[in-house]
Amino acid sequence: MTHDVQVPTGHLSRRALLKGAAGGGLVFAFHLPLRAANEPGQPEDDPMGKFAPNAFIRIDRAGMTSLVMPQVEMGQGVYTSISMILAEELDADFARVGVIHAPPNEKLYANPALGVQATGNSNSIRAWWKPLRSAGASTRAMLVQAAAVRWSVSPSECSTANGQVTHAASGRTIGYGQLTEAAAELPVIRDAQPKDPSRFTLIGKTVKRLDTRGKVDGSVVYGIDAMLPGMTFATVAASPVLGGKVKRVDDAAAKAVPGVHKVVVLDDAVAVVGAHMWAAKKGLEALTIEWDEGSNGQVSSAQMWDELRSASHADGVVAKKTGDVQKGLSSTSRFDAAYELPLLAHATMEPINCTVQVRADACDVWVGSQVVARIQQAAAQALGLAPEKVRVHNHLLGGGFGRRLEPDMAAMAARIAQHVDGAPVKVVWTREEDIRHDYYRPMYRDVVSGTLENGTISTLHYKVCGPSILARWLPPAFQNGIDIDGVDSAVDLPYDIPNLQVEYLRVEPKAVRTGFWRGVGCNNNVFAIESFVDEMARKAGKDPVAFRLAMLGKSPRLKSALELAAARSGWGQALPRRVGRGVCVQPSFASFIATVVEAEVDTQGAVRVRRVTSVVDTGIAVHPDNIVAQLQGGILFGLTAGLYGEITVKNGRVEQSNFHDYRPLRINEVPKIDVQVVQSAEFPGGIGETGTTAALPALRNAIYAATGIALRRMPVDAEVLAGKKPPWR
Amino acid sequence: MARTRTLRLNGATQSVDVPDDMPLLWVLRDVLGMTGTKFGCGAGLCGACTVHLDGRPIRSCLTPVSAVDGKAVTTIEAIRHTEVGVRLQRAWLDLEVVQCGYCQSGQIMSATALLAHNAKPSDADIDGAMAGNVCRCGTYVRIRDAIHHAARAPKEPT
Repeated sequence: MTHDVQVPTGHLSRRALLKGAAGGGLVFAFHLPLRAANEPGQPEDDPMGKFAPNAFIRIDRAGMTSLVMPQVEMGQGVYTSISMILAEELDADFARVGVIHAPPNEKLYANPALGVQATGNSNSIRAWWKPLRSAGASTRAMLVQAAAVRWSVSPSECSTANGQVTHAASGRTIGYGQLTEAAAELPVIRDAQPKDPSRFTLIGKTVKRLDTRGKVDGSVVYGIDAMLPGMTFATVAASPVLGGKVKRVDDAAAKAVPGVHKVVVLDDAVAVVGAHMWAAKKGLEALTIEWDEGSNGQVSSAQMWDELRSASHADGVVAKKTGDVQKGLSSTSRFDAAYELPLLAHATMEPINCTVQVRADACDVWVGSQVVARIQQAAAQALGLAPEKVRVHNHLLGGGFGRRLEPDMAAMAARIAQHVDGAPVKVVWTREEDIRHDYYRPMYRDVVSGTLENGTISTLHYKVCGPSILARWLPPAFQNGIDIDGVDSAVDLPYDIPNLQVEYLRVEPKAVRTGFWRGVGCNNNVFAIESFVDEMARKAGKDPVAFRLAMLGKSPRLKSALELAAARSGWGQALPRRVGRGVCVQPSFASFIATVVEAEVDTQGAVRVRRVTSVVDTGIAVHPDNIVAQLQGGILFGLTAGLYGEITVKNGRVEQSNFHDYRPLRINEVPKIDVQVVQSAEFPGGIGETGTTAALPALRNAIYAATGIALRRMPVDAEVLAGKKPPWR
Repeated sequence: MARTRTLRLNGATQSVDVPDDMPLLWVLRDVLGMTGTKFGCGAGLCGACTVHLDGRPIRSCLTPVSAVDGKAVTTIEAIRHTEVGVRLQRAWLDLEVVQCGYCQSGQIMSATALLAHNAKPSDADIDGAMAGNVCRCGTYVRIRDAIHHAARAPKEPT
């Protein structure tokens, strides 16, 4: 088959196509201007000439409403959900709503739950629910006021819908656009009462996503797609050992590679700048770099685990205490277990990249980031500029998963761009560099003890051992030796356990940086606790669902979700040999979710997930279909980790490098996933990370049911499941 | 060696002056500014860079520009000018397949090649054609549904 269609071949030509399309049947054979400028589809915020009563809403005279997004879009659908909340309270015409990336501004756009301008922790809707509803309602009130003044009627006689104010008694209607100038003259209203949820017309409806059209035709511009006049391209090799320095570089062969412009030697990294990525990549491969490896050059995973295990004998800081665990812990029927989770990379599909142009006293940065203001600060710091001299152009993100909560790529690109005379330089990390220089999901060890009484858990002592990301990332949140993310979903354990103690023990690994990873601290805690609960159920001779239901008296939402998930998954119905169902319940991110995984383990130890059922009570469901999508995707992200995910270190170097040895789940391995969203009027919860948190323990418990083998570390080890070696203890 | 060569690209011809061994991916992205085709792994492992060469899906990150001489290259930017491509793009949007979207150019290019050669693919056919395309957001369930949906949909006017 051949394609003989005649189309323009680049972005600048799109406009020409639109113009030309009216003529119909034209044959296009444009010659593309080499390296056309390529801008993100979302324009920069420009409130001039518009009604802009707050940081989020701009309405122009034509009635077009632009909404400034305080949270970034990385696929989780937040642009659509946030727009729905604002448009709901504004009574905007949703078909005439556009979105704008927020500029870096911690004062206007700091996440209310975090105090910094960041998108993470599945809290966009929870954190912004009240302020955005208030902003929408207040803007609406000003437009109503403007119309009421114009018509000399009382605002209370006016109503709004679809971007218009109506005075029903006199049959008059006026569009918001025509009211912008008058509304802008009014005293700003900041605290108008939002709607009663019973009057919602948009929230709870499945509307079309706002960010996807350009994602199916190649026109969307991610950070990596930024194209600028005079642009050069670079790729970088940071020290393969964390903390290492460049000792010596032989760049003769690299400089001979056609298209290579420059070799930039920094103290801890070497970059090659060229006419295109291919030149830069070949140039980098042609370099001979000697590294001073520093103190981490001999570190291995075995040593890192030994150190974590050895440290884990110490007492932790008590983060939660109910009743008295000492009596249970001294009982002879006490049951002990330890669970471990490995380092993980994020492997966003868009490799880490950042474009920087340094001018005499200012700088521009093109990037896709979860922390736009920190990008500005990082570039400013690297260049010795005041932050306001750094302009950040944020983009849609080709995946975040927590990796883009770090601004390291901007600092690195700025340091490289300093050596490139004023031209914009796009620094793209190879996949290998991306995997080997991540901020990894921490390795965790959880030490658990418990006792049973009358067929239920009467004592639980749970100690988390691992690094603190918050202590580095948000120091004020690390108080009294407790990382609140590290104990999330443990201190708020949903079960009625009369004697409960949760401890936190900070243990920092050598040789790797750790960072937030989809599901954050909840992943670890829900995995360890739900695994332990399953083992206790078996000791008690109880069915895992019945065992949990008996302890969920104080968590009615979770109990209902579990009952529904059990029914929908066929829980209790007979299964073939070596097939099992595993369950997980979680209160994580203020959503209440029960998940059942059905998995088959063959005699060689290969695991096939057959079916996943998840029931979600997230309170008010702003965009129900997006919640389903996030659960589907989050579950697969978690299954990937459970089946394959592990980063290991040898001689101070991360061993994995690309998708062959850091394996993602592929379409042929994907089960049927049934997600049920429960109708609820409760405060909305978080969603983006919940599926990932659910998948690991439910998978692990399904394998336990299928084989009787209690895995206590992930990912699954086929040799263990094939009976070729004993389970790790 | 670098020499000027003429690409047959999306139905037009395009001259480029690039090294023979330069992968088509970087010619498209960095020389021509056609950024719809994505860099994901550089090793043929993820499918983000999938384009068509004479209608067959190839990984442009591993295909040297010298290997496309005389052959028709089609990228995501032009897939809407094919009947199957339009149907798939519509199905992708109708079923809300997309999350971050970074892999979706490659997914749609692989799916278009599949449907062009197999009008009613089975689940196994889809697995066979699509297993080379990685999606970290986990949109696979909807990709499968969207391919079936597009296969059932009426033909689009071209």
